[in-house]
Amino acid sequence: MAVVPDNLKYAATHEWVAMDGDIATVGITDHAQEALGEIVYLDLKGSGTHVGHNDKFGEIESVKAVSELYAPVSGEIVELNTEVRDDQSLINSSPFERGWLIKIRIANSEELSQLLSAEDYSNLEH
Amino acid sequence: MSAPMGNASELRQTPLNAVHRASGARLVDFAGWEMPVFYTGILDESRAVRTSVGLFDVSHMGRIWIAGKDAVAYLQRLTSNDVEALKPSEAQYSLLMNPSGGIIDDIIVYRETDSSFMVVINAGNAAKDIAWMRSHIADGSGSDLSEVTLEDRSEQTAMIAVQGPLAPELVAKITDNPELLELGRFQYAKGAIAGAEAIFCRTGYTGEDGFELIVPAENAVATWTLLVEGGAVACGLGARDALRIEAGYPLYGHEIDDTTTPVEAGLMWATSLEKSDFIGKAHVVEVKRSGPKRKLMGLVLKDRIIPRQGYTIYASDGVEIGSITSGIFSPTLNHSIALGYVSGSYAKRGGAVLIGIRDKQIPATIVPKKSLLTLSE
Repeated sequence: MAVVPDNLKYAATHEWVAMDGDIATVGITDHAQEALGEIVYLDLKGSGTHVGHNDKFGEIESVKAVSELYAPVSGEIVELNTEVRDDQSLINSSPFERGWLIKIRIANSEELSQLLSAEDYSNLEH
Repeated sequence: MSAPMGNASELRQTPLNAVHRASGARLVDFAGWEMPVFYTGILDESRAVRTSVGLFDVSHMGRIWIAGKDAVAYLQRLTSNDVEALKPSEAQYSLLMNPSGGIIDDIIVYRETDSSFMVVINAGNAAKDIAWMRSHIADGSGSDLSEVTLEDRSEQTAMIAVQGPLAPELVAKITDNPELLELGRFQYAKGAIAGAEAIFCRTGYTGEDGFELIVPAENAVATWTLLVEGGAVACGLGARDALRIEAGYPLYGHEIDDTTTPVEAGLMWATSLEKSDFIGKAHVVEVKRSGPKRKLMGLVLKDRIIPRQGYTIYASDGVEIGSITSGIFSPTLNHSIALGYVSGSYAKRGGAVLIGIRDKQIPATIVPKKSLLTLSE
């Protein structure tokens, strides 16, 4: 059973969000990494890129499939996780912690209320 | 992100299905069969085959027996390779071809006796192949092919591939039959495993040494269990695909289909133009004479991004010169590789190309398809 931490918010497109001030840390969920399988390639838009809500911020590729990554909140990408750039398997082994992908300085805090709670995300039909 | 996975129902199951489920394998629909795509992971499983011994359930493939006074003449006509060159207990890779020179399926033909054979066919093509083969028994084409029986024994049997540098030793040990080690590639022998008669063929689809075992369906679980207890690592279809691409082997529906000829696919070694005739021969001879317009080549990337079927191959000046048929992140090399068709003059070892991967152009180098593992750095 995929893990869905209570203290995070979620998008229906399987990204998670952790807020710290106006910085949103974003990654993909345990359910997503499990569905993808072993991740071998990651391509992320660079720091300084402005992304709108649901804009593509990168793509992630496993042996079996490629998936696009969608920004759960709009804002400016301020940091990329350099650790996963060198070792994509961290996304599989630690999707909510060491496997985070980007940090966004959010433009519109009202978007946070549109994100799903852990319970609502778990109840989505997978 | 987009998430795959749905539930499969009404899928056929091999005799090993319960074992796959019990081990927590990720099951998928492959050609209408519920098959394990991996148990622990595609990369680990592939590496196990290259370094020790892996185990594959390939029971979904078709196994048909052909026998009768006209069996040899029949198979000579229907298959591309020369069955008369086979002694009993020898096998050969071959092609079922259509009259236009295209490939209906790639198969392995095993000679049991002078007039009886077993043919192993791809799961996804089984119904098509059997219908095609039945239609050519006594087809009134002039050659007397009426004394041929075709028996589909796929459901009564199971097939397990044991592959890797330690595979032959493991199989010989479990069966207490060291003579199996004397078998050369494409030779086979009958023996016993888990208390039942089995066929041990020194064949495989991974590029490693090993055996493919054919056992009665009711002995499949016992055979599998013995091999796992002996140290074989269970491997799914994901690893199988990665390994065969690394080895440069074609997969039907990717490198070969009913529009490809063995000339362009580099499979002329599976044909015998010395045979007086076989279905599709005339077209093959013509393409060979005029030269194929494209050739199946290997491609090596420095990157980890995966070139997938259908992606376009460009010369460095931007001219479109071909397309990818299969690609993977290579578990053995730790970068990506692919197979693809490349137009005539560009199909040269060392050629620098670009592969269009979604919005990017990724550099790659052309290599012979058999050299993906050896020529790569």
